[in-house]
Amino acid sequence: MVQFLTRRVFYAALTILIVSMVVYGIFSILPFDPAALTCGQRCTPQIIEGNRIKLGFDQPIYLQYWHFFLGIFAGRTYGSGTAAFSCPAPSFGYSFNENACVTNLLAEALPVTLSLALGAFILWIVVGVGLGLIAAKFRGKIPDTASSVFVLLGTSLPTFVTGLALLIWVSIKWKIIPITLSGYVSLFNDPVGFLTYFILPWITLAIAFAAFYTRFTRAIVLETLGEDYIRTARAKGLTERVVLIKHTLRSVLAPITTSAGLDFAGLIGGAIITETIFNLPGLGRLTLRSVFEFDLPVVVATTILAAAVVIVMNLVVDMLYAVLDPRVRLQ
Amino acid sequence: MTHLLEITDLKVAFPTDDGLVQAVDSVSLSVGPGETVALVGESGSGKTVTSLSVIGLHNRKVAQLSGSIKISDGDEIVDIISAPDEQVRSLRGRVVSMIFQDPMSSLHPFYRIGDQLAEAYLVHHPKKKKEAMDRAIEMLELVDISEPALRAREYPHQFSGGMRQRVMIAMALMNDPKVLIADEPTTALDVTVQAQILTLLADLQKKLNMGILLITHDLGVVAQVADRVSVMYAGRIVEEGGVDDIFYNPLAPYTLGLLKSVPRIGGESTQRLTAIPGQPPSLITLPTGCAFAPRCPYVSLAPDGSCAKIRPDLLGAHPDHLSRCHIPESVRDISFAAELKGARR
Repeated sequence: MVQFLTRRVFYAALTILIVSMVVYGIFSILPFDPAALTCGQRCTPQIIEGNRIKLGFDQPIYLQYWHFFLGIFAGRTYGSGTAAFSCPAPSFGYSFNENACVTNLLAEALPVTLSLALGAFILWIVVGVGLGLIAAKFRGKIPDTASSVFVLLGTSLPTFVTGLALLIWVSIKWKIIPITLSGYVSLFNDPVGFLTYFILPWITLAIAFAAFYTRFTRAIVLETLGEDYIRTARAKGLTERVVLIKHTLRSVLAPITTSAGLDFAGLIGGAIITETIFNLPGLGRLTLRSVFEFDLPVVVATTILAAAVVIVMNLVVDMLYAVLDPRVRLQ
Repeated sequence: MTHLLEITDLKVAFPTDDGLVQAVDSVSLSVGPGETVALVGESGSGKTVTSLSVIGLHNRKVAQLSGSIKISDGDEIVDIISAPDEQVRSLRGRVVSMIFQDPMSSLHPFYRIGDQLAEAYLVHHPKKKKEAMDRAIEMLELVDISEPALRAREYPHQFSGGMRQRVMIAMALMNDPKVLIADEPTTALDVTVQAQILTLLADLQKKLNMGILLITHDLGVVAQVADRVSVMYAGRIVEEGGVDDIFYNPLAPYTLGLLKSVPRIGGESTQRLTAIPGQPPSLITLPTGCAFAPRCPYVSLAPDGSCAKIRPDLLGAHPDHLSRCHIPESVRDISFAAELKGARR
C-alpha cells in the first residue's frame, strides 16, 4: 500500500512538472514580446531592453523555465544593484501589470475561490444527493416529479442567468441579502459578513451542480436497488431503512465521491462567470483579467495551479475510492 | 397444519402497459419438515415469482396477490399474503430463508463476509454482536469453508463462485429457518461444484430437518434431491407427484416433452435432441383452452377439440399424482410411459 501510494504521488508530481513545462512553453511561443508588455505606452526601447534582461527574457527558453522552476522553491530576485527586487519562495514570477509578485496575487485570490468552491460544494452535495435519494425513494410520485422540474431548471439555466436573477430579486428588489460593498471578509474575522458575502454566489454555483447530482444520485440509487445483493439484504429480514441507508447508500457513495472530487477540483481553478457576476476577487477573475491584459506570468501561474489541483484531487479521489471499495484495494 | 409451508390457490399478477400479466395462476403446493419439493419449469413459467411470493419480496404496490401462503412460525400460522409487512419481514431469514441463483452478485461487494453473515443474525437477535460473529464463523465451518475465522474477515471478491454460494447458504441458515427456498441454487456454478452444493444442502437438511422448496429447470438436479415435484407451465402447475412418478410415469404432455429433451449419456451421438416445438405463450393473452395446446403433439388424442376450448383441471386417478390434461388418463398412462422408454433407449 505504501509502495503504491509513493508511486502514485511520484507520478502525480511528474505530471504536474510536465504540465508546467507545456504551459510555460505554450505561453513563450505566443507572438508577444513579454518584455514589451512590461511597460505602458510611453515606453522606450531602452526600458524594454532593460526589463528584458531584468526579467531574464533574453535567455533561451529552457533557461527561463529553469529559473521559473527554481523560483518556486528558492524565490527569485530580479535585476541587480539598487533597482533589484525579489519575490520570496514560492515564487511564480512577477506581474508588471500589477507590480506585484504573482504568488501574492494568488494568495489574495485563493481564499476567495476556496470559500466560494467549498461552500457551494457542501450546498450542492447536501441538496443534490438529498433530492436524488428522495426522488429515488418516491419514484414516480410527486417528490420525484418535483425534483425532475428542479433538475431541468438547474441544468438548463446558465449561471449568468441564475446569478443575475438572484442579484436582481433577492438583493436589489426584495433586499433580503444586501450587496456587500466592502469586499471579501474572512470567515474568522466576520462570520455574518462572510455568509452574506458568499450566500448568493454559493446558491448560484450550487444550483447547476445540485441539479446534476440529483439526477446522478437518483439514477445510481435506482440501479443499486435493483442489484441482487439488495434483494439478499431484504431476504435477511432487514428493514427498508437499513436496506436503503446501509446497503444502498454505501454503494452509491463511491461513484458520487469520484464525481464530486473532480467537480470540486474544477471549481478551484476559478468559477469565472460566478466570480464576475458577484464581483468576487477570486482566481477566476484573476485569470480573466490577466488573459485580457496579456499578464503572462499570472496566466501561466493560474493555469499550472488549476492543473495541479485537478491532478492532486484525482489522487485524493483514487485514495478515497480504495477506502470505500475493497475491490480496488491492493494487497 | 402438518406442513411447514402451505400455498393454496396462489395467484400473482402484474399490471403492465400491455395488460395484466398473470405470472402465477392457482398454484397450490406444500412442503413438510425434512422434505424437498421441486418446482420445475422453463424460464418465465412463474417459478421465481412463486418463490418470491413465499418470502414476501414482491412490491405489494405493484404485484396483485391472492390466495394464501401459510407458514408456521412456532405455534402461530402466518399468511404471508394477508399479514402486515412488518410481520412478514420478521419471518424473513428467521423462519423462511432464500438462496438465490447468482452467488456472484448476491453478496454486497463492500462488506466483509463475516459482517454480512452476522447481520442476518443480528436482525432477529438485536445487540448480540459477539454471538452473531461466533455464529457466522460456526456457519462458515458448517458449509465447509476452511479457516472460517480468517475468511470471515475477507470480502466477497476474494471468494470463488462455489464458495460464495456456500456463504449464501450459511447466511440463509443463520437463524435455523424451518423453510429454505433455493431458487436455482446451482445454475450459475460448474457441474462439479453443483454436486458439492447439492450434497451440502441435503446434509444440512437432514441435520436441521428443514423443508426445502427447490426452484429449478434442471431435471438432473430434481432427480438427485427432490422428494416431490411440481411442474409449472405458463404460471400454472401442470403436473405434480412423487419424483419417481414424474420421471418414469409422466402424465402431462409438457412433462413428457421436458423429459424427452434431456440429453442422455451413452445415447446415440448422432441422435438429435428432441425439443418441444413452438414458444411458451404470452402471459397476457393466454389461450382460452389448455395453455400447452398450441405446442402439444397429442391434441388429437383428447375428446373432440376440448384442448382448444376448455382449461383442464389438475386431476388424477391417484391423489398423489395429479396432472392437467384432457386426454383420458388411461390413454396417457400407457402411451407416455412407452414413448419415454423409446426415447431413452
